[in-house]
Amino acid sequence: MARYSPKRLFRNRMNLVPFLLLLPAFMVLALVVVFPLGFSLYTSFTPYRLIRPNTLHVWIGLRNYTDLMGNGDFWAAFGRTVLFLTIALNVEFLAGLGIALLISRITWGQRTLRTIMMFPMMFSPILVGYQFKFVFNDNIGILNNALQALHLSDGAIAWLVDRNLAMFSIIFAEVWMSTSVFAILLLAGLLSMPRDPVEAARVDGCNPWQVFRHITLPYIMPFAYIAMTIRSLDVARAYDIVHVMTGGGPAGRTELLWTLIARTGYNNAKMGMANAMAYISILLSIAFTYFFFRKLIAARKFMRGAD
Amino acid sequence: MAEIVLNKLVKNYGRTRAVHGIDLSIAHQEFVVLVGPSGCGKSTTLRMIAGLEEISDGTVSIGGAVVNELPPRKRNISMVFQNYALYPHMNVRENLGFGLKIAGQPAADIAQRVDEAAEILGLTELLERTPAELSGGQRQRVAMGRAIVRKPAAFLFDEPLSNLDAKLRGQMRAEIKKLHQSVRTTVVYVTHDQIEAMTLADRIVVMRAGRIEQVGTPMEVYNHPTSAFVATFIGSPPMNMLPGTISGGAVRLADGSALPVPERAADNAREGQEVLLGIRPDDISPVGHGLSQDGPGAELTLTVAIAEPLGMESLIFTRIAGQEVQAKLYGPRMVLPGEELVFRLALDRAHLFDAASGASLEAR
Repeated sequence: MARYSPKRLFRNRMNLVPFLLLLPAFMVLALVVVFPLGFSLYTSFTPYRLIRPNTLHVWIGLRNYTDLMGNGDFWAAFGRTVLFLTIALNVEFLAGLGIALLISRITWGQRTLRTIMMFPMMFSPILVGYQFKFVFNDNIGILNNALQALHLSDGAIAWLVDRNLAMFSIIFAEVWMSTSVFAILLLAGLLSMPRDPVEAARVDGCNPWQVFRHITLPYIMPFAYIAMTIRSLDVARAYDIVHVMTGGGPAGRTELLWTLIARTGYNNAKMGMANAMAYISILLSIAFTYFFFRKLIAARKFMRGAD
Repeated sequence: MAEIVLNKLVKNYGRTRAVHGIDLSIAHQEFVVLVGPSGCGKSTTLRMIAGLEEISDGTVSIGGAVVNELPPRKRNISMVFQNYALYPHMNVRENLGFGLKIAGQPAADIAQRVDEAAEILGLTELLERTPAELSGGQRQRVAMGRAIVRKPAAFLFDEPLSNLDAKLRGQMRAEIKKLHQSVRTTVVYVTHDQIEAMTLADRIVVMRAGRIEQVGTPMEVYNHPTSAFVATFIGSPPMNMLPGTISGGAVRLADGSALPVPERAADNAREGQEVLLGIRPDDISPVGHGLSQDGPGAELTLTVAIAEPLGMESLIFTRIAGQEVQAKLYGPRMVLPGEELVFRLALDRAHLFDAASGASLEAR
């Protein structure tokens, strides 16, 4: 101990202080993130079934994953989720862009409209699901009722039962609920846009479409990528709307990743398998997020020169 | 040929009228500067010429044709904006070539004309950079390059130098002048800086509150201002204004002292008229330290309040008949506050204005 002068001791203690101060945060993170994550990863290497707790201790290595490789239902749900994501994000982007462009042009009542636009986001997705379940119901639904009253359709259209229409109906509900995310973010982009480059482009020979295509659109794309990042995470975990509207049916035609995972984990109690599925589908979310972030960073590089 | 003619041009914003019927003709290849304090309608006028602002009444003609209803892209003009207005997502080369690309020019032609313009403006090294990577002066050069590559009938400049620091502003002023000499085109240039107006213009248009106050060459406007407003706006430091009354062929100042009526206004000054005697700081100097020592003058002993030495000259703040005035001392001589000096007023170069209307009383 003689080697430690008081000064050196003090310095050592100083080095510990930052770690001590960070310890509570580390502990909370470990408890709520790292431990569950590690545990679920572990269970994906076991045949863990909720009704047979002992199976938690059986190590089967990658068998859940290799089983999944040949599981047609899983990959169908995977593909359907990608399709669902692609269609929903594109439709929401285009509709949101249209709404944002219209609202950016009005000078009176803009704030009120912006608030009204957010209404769909204020409802629980479960309630939105129920709402559209009734709108699209083939017997008592308001949509069929309206179509028949207007003589646009003779019989009842089975919106939620037909394999293609059921997917369409779910996407419609999703778009109805979340288009305003795009609209609000794109509107923020449009309102923050400097007026000068637009005027310069008009003098430079652009017609209104060319101004939009070459000046406005590149300027607001970073905002679109932010919206897409947020929304891709949101849509990729879609469960509530699908569960309420179709329950994954008819015959699994609207089964998405998370409805399948929930069914496997809770209904069939195969938690080990469900966790393996979840880990693969998280890769999908990471891929989308990475893709949009790359786009965002590339698009933002020039933003500094906009003033 | 691209002469620009404004005929009774009016701009209303709701019920307020920003531009009150302007008449102006700008000759082919002429460099005209619209100058005035902020809010005088000069930028609005320019934007109406560009087509970025709707015309409330009157007409704008470019090259003989009325362009009121034409969108900016069909007016064959280019414009340089105060905030550069570069396209942030394009590099310098794309910025310069954008107008040509939109016009559907072949890529080889675009490249050649962009290279030419870059050469003229010294941008060759910067072609691959984005606007974010350029300094203010470089951005402004790109904005000018973008204007010249299209070889338009007229250039419109909207306060292009006001975002630059003083030193750079001086350099860019010289470059704009050089540019106009090499690329002979009609130019309409808006500024609130009277030095830019004086140095660049073939003709200056002084505007105030939506009306034209005076149009003339820089020397006409400087030497023969038609109103007290023009006299104080053009020239730096501004012309001193001494209020007085005409009495017995002299201007009687507030403290009862009298100065002779300047000769150029002698015919128009009425007995008893309230007037402003205008005299530039350069024309009030300590004896032996002034510009013109001959011609009619008056000598006054004045007390120096503040002196600002500038090297070869000093700006002196003093009072004549209770009115604060600025004077100039030429030569490297130190002046101290409180010092009493005999100043000579070069009255042959003084002006007389009607106090109520501000109009010059100079005989024309």
